[in-house]
This record gives sequence, C-alpha cells and structure tokens, in this order.
Amino acid sequence: MTKLSTSSNFAKPDDAFRMILEAHRGLEDHASHALDTALVLILANHIGDLDVLRDAIELAKQSADKA
Amino acid sequence: MNAVRQFGYLRHPDQDRVRSRAAHHDVVVVGAGPIGLSLAIDLAQRGQRVVLLDDADRIGEGSRAICFSKRSLEYWDRLGVGQRMVDKGVVWKVGKIFARDALLYQFDLLPEPGHKRPAFINLQQYYAESYLADRTAELPSIDLRWSNKVTALERHNDHCALTIETPDGPYSVNASYVVACDGARSALRGMVGADFEGQAFEDQFLIADVKMTAAFPTERWFWFDPPFHSGRSALLHRQPDDVWRIDLQLSRDADPAVERQPENVRPRIERMLGHGDFEFEWISVYRFHCRRMRRFVHDRVIFAGDSAHQVSPFGARGANSGLEDAENLAWKLALVLRGVAPETLIESYNTERSAAADENIRESTRSTDFMAPATAQEARMRQAVLALAKDTEFAKRMVNGGRLSVPSVYETPLSTPDAEQWNAGPRPGSSLIDAPLTDGDKDIYLSAAFAENRDGFALLEFANGASVEVGANVRRIRIGGDGLADHEGLAMKRYDATPGTVYLLRPDGYVAARFRHPSKDRVAAALARANGLQ
Ligand SMILES: Cc1cc2nc3c(=O)[nH]c(=O)nc-3n(C[C@H](O)[C@H](O)[C@H](O)COP(=O)(O)OP(=O)(O)OC[C@H]3O[C@@H](n4cnc5c(N)ncnc54)[C@H](O)[C@@H]3O)c2cc1C
Repeated sequence: MTKLSTSSNFAKPDDAFRMILEAHRGLEDHASHALDTALVLILANHIGDLDVLRDAIELAKQSADKA
Repeated sequence: MNAVRQFGYLRHPDQDRVRSRAAHHDVVVVGAGPIGLSLAIDLAQRGQRVVLLDDADRIGEGSRAICFSKRSLEYWDRLGVGQRMVDKGVVWKVGKIFARDALLYQFDLLPEPGHKRPAFINLQQYYAESYLADRTAELPSIDLRWSNKVTALERHNDHCALTIETPDGPYSVNASYVVACDGARSALRGMVGADFEGQAFEDQFLIADVKMTAAFPTERWFWFDPPFHSGRSALLHRQPDDVWRIDLQLSRDADPAVERQPENVRPRIERMLGHGDFEFEWISVYRFHCRRMRRFVHDRVIFAGDSAHQVSPFGARGANSGLEDAENLAWKLALVLRGVAPETLIESYNTERSAAADENIRESTRSTDFMAPATAQEARMRQAVLALAKDTEFAKRMVNGGRLSVPSVYETPLSTPDAEQWNAGPRPGSSLIDAPLTDGDKDIYLSAAFAENRDGFALLEFANGASVEVGANVRRIRIGGDGLADHEGLAMKRYDATPGTVYLLRPDGYVAARFRHPSKDRVAAALARANGLQ
C-alpha cells in the first residue's frame, strides 16, 4: 500500500507547475540543477516520511524511464 | 618519530615438541594488536589460559587510531587499563564542522553530566597497545609470544593445528579455539578459505601527525572546502604530547609516493596553520575500504577486529568496533570452554557482531560518500546540503563529516523481549548506561560498580524490600535501600526504574532482560536464554 498521495492536491495545479517553472526561468543548466537539488531536499524534509519518499522516488524513476 | 617499543623473542618449551606431540591449548589468539591484546586480557580475567602470538617483536611503528570511545574506555576499565588511557589521553566531546571558513554546525557527543568516562579520548594507538601489553604482563595466564608468525592452519573436528614460524624455525601447537585478530591483511582469513566483501574508495587521504604547540581547543574540527585546501576536506584533531592529527583529502589520481614527501606536505599544512612552526612525526597516504567477512565464525576459528571487518576511519569505528568484538566474544568463549554454555553460544557472536559490522560499514560508507562525492549529482547534493545548513536545522543534520562510533544495539536470541511497559532505559540488547552513585560516603559510578564484576552476569536491582533470588553465579548491584545510593535519581531515571525493577546484565555489560516485577523463575529463564541454553 503506497502512502504517497498522487491525487491532485492543489486547488489550482497550474499555479504550482507555473511557480516551479518560473523559478527556473533564466537559469543556466547548472543553476537549475542546483535549484532542483535544494528543492528536493527541502521538500523531502518537509514530508519527513521515508516511506513516502521511497514511493516518490520509485514513481519518479518509473516516469523517467518512460520519458 | 614515534617511540617504538621493542619486546624480546623468547623460546618456549612448546617449540621442543615434535609435531605429532604438539602442545594443546584451549585458546590461541593470533595478533597482539589492540583487539588481540584486549581479548587475551579479558579471557585471562575470566580464568582462562591464553596463548597470544604476534609475528612482530615491537609496537609503535606507524600511526593509526587516535579516537577511543566511551564504550571502549568502559571496557578497558574492566580490563584494568581504563584509567591509564584516560590519564594519558586528551578528553574531548565537541565537534565542529566548517564549510569554507564559516562554522556550520557544532555537536556535543556527551551533553549530560554523570558519566564516569568522556565521550572520547584521543590517544595514539601506540600508547593503547603499550598499556595493554603492560597489563598482559601482570596476568600469568597470558602467554604472549613475540616473533611467532602463524603460517599454516589445519582444521579438525575438535581442534585446530597451527604452524608457527619463529627465529628458531617452525613449530606446531594445537588449540581448541583459534581467534584471528591478525588485522586487515589477515593470513588466517585465507587459511579458512574466506574473503572480504565490500567496497573500496578511490579517494586518497593524507594523514600527518604534526608536533607543535598550538592554542586550538580540544575539539574535532572538520572542514569542507577550506580556503587552505580548496575543494576537498580536512580534519584536525589533538593528541597527547603536543601532537596534532591532520587528515587531508587528496584527489583520486594523486601519486601517493609524491604526496607523502615532507617537502610536498609542508606547504599544505603551513597554509592550514598559517605558520611553519611544526615538525612531522608521521606522514602517510591511505585509501580506505568498507568491507567484511561474510561469517566471523568458521567452526573453531573466530575472527575479531580488522581481520573480520574494515571501515574508513571517519567515525572512529575501526578499533572501537573491534574492542566491542572482543568484549562480546570473551565471556562466551570462556563459558563454552568451561563447559557451562553450549558451543552454539559462539554463533551469537557471529549474529551480534556481524550486524554491528553492517551498521559500522553503513555509517562509515555514508560519511565517506558525503566527503568524496562520486558523481556530479552527488556533488550537487552535498553542495545543496552545505549551503542550506547555514540557515536550516534539517540540513545541518544532513551534513556528514563522520558519525562517531556508538555501541550497537543487538537484535539477538540471547535477549528476553520486554513484557512490561517501558518508556526509556536501555532495552534488551543495548549496553549499560552510566550513572553516578554513592557507596556510603564514596562516589562510585554504575559502570565502575559493574567493572568490579569481572566474571559473570550481574543483576542490577532497584531496591524494594527483599531481593529477588538468583543463582550464586550472578552478582548483584543494588541501588537504593541498603545498597548504593542514587542521590541525584539519575540511575532511576536513566533506567526508567520503579522500585523493584531489575536489569539482568550480561558479562559484557549488555542488557539481557529487564523486569518491573521480577521473579526467581523469570530471571532464571532470562539467564538460561542469555547463556544460549534455549
Ligand atoms: C589512519 C588510520 C586512522 C585510524 N583511526 C582510528 C580511530 O581514530 N579510532 C578507531 O577506533 N580506529 C581507527 N583506525 C583503525 C584501527 O587502527 C584498527 O581498527 C585497529 O588497529 C585494528 O586492530 P586489530 O587488533 O584488529 O588489528 P591490527 O592492529 O592490525 O593488529 C594485528 C596484529 O596481528 C599481527 N599479525 C598479523 N599477521 C599475523 C600472523 N600471521 N601471525 C601472528 N601475528 C600476526 C600483526 O603484527 C599485528 O600486531 C584507524 C586506522 C587508520 C589506518
């Protein structure tokens, strides 16, 4: 049983997508990578649950394979 | 240079025997490093005769361990050498981690008072070995033979036959048990057909012991990417005799022969210290491994210390974990040899200590990976953690400049699971926690009261009227009532005790069982279980 929530949690999902996208606007690749890395760590800590993190990594890996 | 201590080779009457009439010994310990020496002392104090062999005739060449843990000091207290180590050693508990030139994070490894021993001392391994060697000389049941190199081992059903090379030529002895404490390059490992499994790190580290008078505090200082050693890590640690240990991470492709030349090391260290007012005691370049044997027990040949497992030194888990091996094994082997416990008790050594080795390997691998990121993304993750750590608590705690050795908690068949409600205190499989007590008007620590009990199990009881009955072979440590006084209430608190609570302590100071409402039968069953009789 996965604990990761994959239902839509934002009232306006487009706003969230847009917010992340804009954070990367104008950044060189290396700066974008650094931003993403910091974000992952910050959000992982906010979630604070290894099972959720594990499921999220698993889902991300699957989708990256398909992409 | 380090003082080398020379011991003499002495011919032993065993050497006059022909092979077919070789002398028989209960236990032969191979290797008089810190682990073999400690194990031999422990066995001897338990009434066991021990032959201890070492291929060298001197100690003190080179420079290795410096950080010895609280747990190791408590063990050495039981072996009668703890005070000497602490008197000579440099006591510390605070570690600081810097990124570039800014302090990032600071930790205190023993934030509470009321413990006999500090979190750590720094002491050159040479001194530790030397004090242990002195202690072996006080114990007539230890037969320490220098310049005795084991060159062959044959395994039989009920004994092992060893071939030993000496300056007078080879001879043989038989042994019921052989304990291989012959270090990371263990020849005995090959003789039982076993191997190391694990990971080697590409990164190289330069280790220099530098003599100087300096005003740095007695703390462990670790830098990521310091101005004096750009892009890499550095560690500074104080040792006795005005000697400082400096570790500098080198690049993967650095040539060790070039790097260890004093004229190449000097400018790096001058940059670090801001002056050139020091002398070198020792310089070497290491590559580290994290690996272990799959099994530590091969019938009658048992592996302990670096022969069984090796870790990178960032966490001081090498000698400290080897000493935990020794304390774990000694009492079990003594009980088996005395015929009190079944041979299967030794299997619990394998179970407990190989799980501990996995934990030590995991921790030191994580530290080494953090220090030496292997890919661009690993480097980015570390960079992000270091940057976030300046302002956030969570990232500070992710910074890994070495997680220092703490005793393992065993999931073991020797433990009796808790059957009552506990909110704190060491659970079965954990090692005892110290607390300050008084005996009349004399201050005594719980660890010291336990250390007096050199042989056998102990029942720690928080008095409540009459004591629970136990066998004559179990010693009591009674707190409260007519026993030791717990004026500060710290023992009560640290053991989550209520009047009548008992803890059954194994001879190595680990908790075998605990009861709020003990009975003669419950304690006897726990004792049988901890002796492997179940
Ligand atoms: C740079 C460095 C820093 C370290 N820092 C720390 C630290 O701060 N804290 C810590 O806990 N650990 C540290 N360690 C690890 C520590 O030094 C080892 O874990 C420790 O020495 C292991 O002890 P041992 O007795 O198992 O093996 P060893 O010390 O290697 O002793 C093995 C002995 O066996 C003998 N021998 C070998 N083969 C035979 C044979 N065939 N017959 C007879 N005798 C034989 C050898 O002569 C030797 O005396 C460090 C290591 C290094 C390299």
